Amino acid sequence: MALLLQISEPGQSPEPHQRKRAVGIDLGTTNSLVATVRSGTATIVNDEQGRALLPSALHYDRHGLSCVGYEALEHDLSDPLNTLTSVKRFMGRGLADVALFGEQLPYEFVAGSDSGMPKFATAAGAISPVQASAELLASLERRAELALGGDLDGAVITVPAYFDDAQRQATKDAAMLAGIKVLRLLNEPTAAAIAYGLDAGGEGTIAVYDLGGGTFDISILRLTRGVFEVLASGGDSALGGDDFDRAIADWLRAELAIDADMAPAQQRQLLAIAKRAKQQLSEVEQTQLTVGEQSLILDRDQLATLLDPLIAKTLRACRRSLADAGVKLDEIDNVVLVGGSTRALRVREKVADYFGREPLCHLDPDQVVALGAAVQADVLIGNKSGDDLLLLDVIPLSLGIETMGGLVEKIIHRNTTIPVAKAQEFTTFKDGQTALAVHVVQGERELVSDCRSLARFELRGIPPMTAGSAKIRVTYQVDADGLLSVAAREMTSGVEARIEVKPSYGLDDGEVTRMLQESFSHAREDMAARALAEQQVEADRIIEDIRAAIAVDGEQLLDADELECLRKSIDELQQLRETTREHRQLARKIESVAKGSETFAARRMNAAVKKALAGQSLDQLEGEL
Amino acid sequence: MTAAAEQHVARHLQGRGKGIGIRLGVRTTGCSGLSYVLEFVDEAAPEDEVFACGEVKLVIDPKSLLYLDGTELDYVKEGLNEGFEFRNPNVKDECGCGESFHV
Repeated sequence: MALLLQISEPGQSPEPHQRKRAVGIDLGTTNSLVATVRSGTATIVNDEQGRALLPSALHYDRHGLSCVGYEALEHDLSDPLNTLTSVKRFMGRGLADVALFGEQLPYEFVAGSDSGMPKFATAAGAISPVQASAELLASLERRAELALGGDLDGAVITVPAYFDDAQRQATKDAAMLAGIKVLRLLNEPTAAAIAYGLDAGGEGTIAVYDLGGGTFDISILRLTRGVFEVLASGGDSALGGDDFDRAIADWLRAELAIDADMAPAQQRQLLAIAKRAKQQLSEVEQTQLTVGEQSLILDRDQLATLLDPLIAKTLRACRRSLADAGVKLDEIDNVVLVGGSTRALRVREKVADYFGREPLCHLDPDQVVALGAAVQADVLIGNKSGDDLLLLDVIPLSLGIETMGGLVEKIIHRNTTIPVAKAQEFTTFKDGQTALAVHVVQGERELVSDCRSLARFELRGIPPMTAGSAKIRVTYQVDADGLLSVAAREMTSGVEARIEVKPSYGLDDGEVTRMLQESFSHAREDMAARALAEQQVEADRIIEDIRAAIAVDGEQLLDADELECLRKSIDELQQLRETTREHRQLARKIESVAKGSETFAARRMNAAVKKALAGQSLDQLEGEL
Repeated sequence: MTAAAEQHVARHLQGRGKGIGIRLGVRTTGCSGLSYVLEFVDEAAPEDEVFACGEVKLVIDPKSLLYLDGTELDYVKEGLNEGFEFRNPNVKDECGCGESFHV
């Protein structure tokens, strides 16, 4: 096979064998697509028949998966139980959620075991939504590998903005099962904005209007210094182009006085005629519909009358999302249209009217999400220069670790852009300490008890050493999908422990706001609490040290009075540490105890030096010096 | 440059929105010594040789020209894969994948 090159940006021709193959995948409810950047332009990768879409459908028989895509759709009517569609709706959902979808589901479910996700009962056995999604991804991967002439190095996969952590994790699991390296999960509206190059300006407020076959989503995005934030998302999970077809078909039936009680086959035929008419009216002013012997003219005005009530529903959802986001209509800088149903001219008109500006729609609305994902994948894999690297998300609340005294040491501060990794060194508190408890917390407050606990784990097997000489490096890493992993490593011995903070650690906006506000309103008492806790830790340390020293050689080095005096002073300190809330008072006492023990410390030092030198002649010493 | 290549270069330039043409070149790197450069050009350097091919400009630096003289640039589709192919009569041998070559 000959080497086929793509054109690079000036000065950025890749080294031989360094060419990276990256794709963007739009894993959709109804259809999925894969795109890649070729010679600087994002393009959809078609299948061998030149088709861009892969219907998100799978057919199983008793041998396992029999086919996916268009081929699988053909089994939809004849073998509905073994033909899976709309699998995305089940990703990361529990059996209870699925029950809420209602009775229209054609599938039989078996309760999932570990993951909690229900599984589809098919002829090939129980298939989880993750497995089914993995098959779709694998099919797109094969297509892309044929097109790019080799194995993929990574992919960006898009997910709806409203997907929670469990649904995102399920999507990542599906990719892993398909053997795809996920560079990042990207919100679908963000991908659409990137496809239109809206990230280039670095600032702005963007509304993404996504009207598909069966669902409507509206997302309000804010772009600040190249970082996209989803301010609000809303929509209607049961409103889409299929409802347009139904409205036209109903009108047709009424006009032609067809019995409402018709056979399913005739119903489907009517819907097909309606759909074709809808599509034609985006090109021509009027069209003729023929059902059997009868025919009828549908023009754009009549179509508008039929569609307007449905479009009005989407605009109401837009209004709610704008209110949620706290954004006024005139603050919207760009409107992006996504989804096949936005091809309808009436939709474009009404959206333009509502937002008071022409929406962006020159890219194919079915492809725009995959194209944006491809652009992002190209940047993330390193095919473009580093300056272009988009940082898409920030950490909403600081991530910290519990230290002695119930205090929080922040390791990654809030508003840090992700992905990020930060490390900090800690040490042991007691002589001979062999384990360290790591408590991962999230929040802005100073005390652990006021923050949210995310995870705990222990680092064991630290070699016994004096307090303060172990070096324990704790690393916090948040990947681009917001998933946190924490590792603790003792540097001299290399013992290591780590933990992944699994989903469900996501907070909703209300919680984030509350936790932030509390950190401001409690700032003063938090500071006092921190100061006190610090002094308490210091007191514990000095009490511990002196007691240990007394136990070793107190009676040899101190006379009875001195010993009595020292013991008394540490008992007083101990008592004060338990009772006082005043950190300054405690600090003064610690200082006086430390001063009082100086004589003892000096004698111990001398004794230690003498012991070390004992038995060595002066000559030996000089020889060493 | 074949007609197919010219057409695709023109399309990519248009899609990119800027640039006067493309640069062909060779670099000393890779497992067999040399590898091809194929980049957009925003501005030609003074020493560059510029060839007009229909509506696009082909920019080649004088050193690369020695290695590329007589090369045909084509745009090829092989199944789902497509891209630019260098047909260079000067090449004596190349590494397995064709990413680098020797003259």
